[in-house]
Amino acid sequence: MKRFLSAVLAGAMSLTLMAGCGAGGEQKPEETNKENNAAAEGLFPAVAKEDLKVGVVHITDPAEGAGYTYTHDLGIQGMQKKLGLDDSQIIRKNNVDDSKATAIRTALEECVEEGCQIIFATSWGYMDYVEEMAEEYPDVLFAHGTGYKSNGKNFINYFGKINQARYLSGIAAGMKTKSNKIGYVAAQNNENGEVTSGVNAFAMGVESVNPDAEVYVKVTGAWFAPEGEGQAAKSLLDLGCDVITQHCDTANPAIEAEKAGVYAVGYNSDMAEKAPGSTLTSVMWDWSVFYTKAVEDVINGTWTGKNYFGSMQDGLVKLAPISDLAAEGTADKIKEVQDKIMSGEWDIFDGVTEYEDNEGQKHTLKAEEYGTCNWYYKNVKLA
Amino acid sequence: MDLFIKFLVAAVAASIPLLFGTVGEILCEKVGHLNLGVEGMMSIGACAGFMVGMQTDSFVLALLAAFAAGVVAALIYAVLTVTFLADQNVSGLTLTIFGIGLANFVGIYMLGHTENGTLKLPEGITAQMREIHIAGLSDIPVAGDLLFSYSPFVYLGIVLAVCAGLFFKKTKLGLNVQAIGHNPAAADAAGINVTRWKYLMILIGGGICGIGGAYCAMIINSGVWISNNVGGLGWIAVALVIFAKWNPWIAIGGSFVFGALRVLKYYMPPSIIKLPTAFYDMLPFLITAIILILSSISKKRDLNIPGSLGVNYFREER
Repeated sequence: MKRFLSAVLAGAMSLTLMAGCGAGGEQKPEETNKENNAAAEGLFPAVAKEDLKVGVVHITDPAEGAGYTYTHDLGIQGMQKKLGLDDSQIIRKNNVDDSKATAIRTALEECVEEGCQIIFATSWGYMDYVEEMAEEYPDVLFAHGTGYKSNGKNFINYFGKINQARYLSGIAAGMKTKSNKIGYVAAQNNENGEVTSGVNAFAMGVESVNPDAEVYVKVTGAWFAPEGEGQAAKSLLDLGCDVITQHCDTANPAIEAEKAGVYAVGYNSDMAEKAPGSTLTSVMWDWSVFYTKAVEDVINGTWTGKNYFGSMQDGLVKLAPISDLAAEGTADKIKEVQDKIMSGEWDIFDGVTEYEDNEGQKHTLKAEEYGTCNWYYKNVKLA
Repeated sequence: MDLFIKFLVAAVAASIPLLFGTVGEILCEKVGHLNLGVEGMMSIGACAGFMVGMQTDSFVLALLAAFAAGVVAALIYAVLTVTFLADQNVSGLTLTIFGIGLANFVGIYMLGHTENGTLKLPEGITAQMREIHIAGLSDIPVAGDLLFSYSPFVYLGIVLAVCAGLFFKKTKLGLNVQAIGHNPAAADAAGINVTRWKYLMILIGGGICGIGGAYCAMIINSGVWISNNVGGLGWIAVALVIFAKWNPWIAIGGSFVFGALRVLKYYMPPSIIKLPTAFYDMLPFLITAIILILSSISKKRDLNIPGSLGVNYFREER
């Protein structure tokens, strides 16, 4: 009986463990990638548009209607529309768990076998397998989102400066808050540069309009944790936060804010669809910009094998329309700063700057290394 | 102090899906059937409750649908293990995998038929299931927040747990049922209809799990459909049964402790104790392990495990 019970317990524990790691998704490229020069000679021959097949490997199902995969798939659909590809030319592999080696390899191999000339792998955990496959199939092009590996030939990495939109959304939050407490539901702790640099950019945006406001961070520990994300938001509301923002997958933080009658800033997709009563604006990706460019490169034979790192100027990073819930003058203020970013006059992380963290320590940060920061900006509080 | 009260309220809210799952599983295990399909039954209940709630805008109908769906899911398990004497672990695990898959499938299908890619419960049902407010009672400082400010699910869960405890402890039928779990052959010889009671308890247990699932879909995710919305709570319920020593009354306290541990990481001020979040995630299971160790070294051996748990009963083999 004891053996039996321990088996049950072990099962329960390991399953929870798996649930914890399973969602361990996208992280930050450890080094910023090189500038993208479209001019150079193509490394691969052009592929006629009619013969082209595009493979996409997703970690969940795009039909979810919000979040990470949905946003990526909107990008694929946008690319398909712009280039006029037929539905049969897009090969999707959905629900490919990015912690399961066999599943990833099978999905990638199926794409190759079905004749894809270019394959997009959207989740962090696919990185190593994509690298192997790229070596195995040197004639097929692979692009991996969010990671840091590439081979300069048929395997590239793509990501972008989401911090620009985070900073701007911080302005909306800073102008809206009355309690001067803004909640931030973070998927990972300060060790994760992608999340932490986002928190800092947001906090700097808040500070630029409201130096008295503080950003309270709660960490869920998983990219996708519906219950935890709601609870983290709830506890931030209980602390007196009146604007909630997030770096996690579900719209639960925004919905908790809506229930409590306060405000939220969404992430990934426009969360006004799920929580119209609270969403001030959302920090968004428009992946179609990259997907269109990459597929065009394949069609035109201009693939350079260089990594892609997009920004607001490219249209890869966006801010959803500012809702009427935002404080008066928010849209103007955001536009003012956004114009500076767009013109290249100013950027959040620019050159080498010294920042003060929330423990009074000084950190020197190079713009291209901002994704490695593991400290919180001075107006951030780990709540 | 204020934050502490809010912590307790959040802990109660977090404990309720666990309580439903645990009570449902206790009913099932009391007749000797270890059903690892809790997560699956909760998922199916979540899906049925949510979809019916969305179509009818009625909280009561949603609850009934969740219960019925849980019963149907448990019926699969009951037929396999009680009638066909299939392996309980395998059947339960299969039910979990099937249940999660089915719920996600239906959810994705429904999402595909929406305009903006969002499934959200309508206003009417949202108002019925949100926190109650009783004039006078809910306004009492502290006690009002702690006792009279929850979703109707909370009271339903506690009533069910109390009733289940009364049934096992205070009624003759309850003792008969427990006898099945301890020694089905003896119970059979004593004239108890083993098969009937096994079916009944497994089905009711499944229905209760289904309601717990509805809580996940309707309250935890605030009435917005997402896939995998039970998120492993069913597995915690399986562990919680051991923690509660197969006693529905202890399950109330047990799920409160687990719920509290699950929200603790969000309410513990880092100025007091600063620990990695993963440590908090581990705590409930660490405590279950400690309870297991303590109760197996204690002389009383009061774990109260149903003696024939996990062993199918084949009448002709006596």
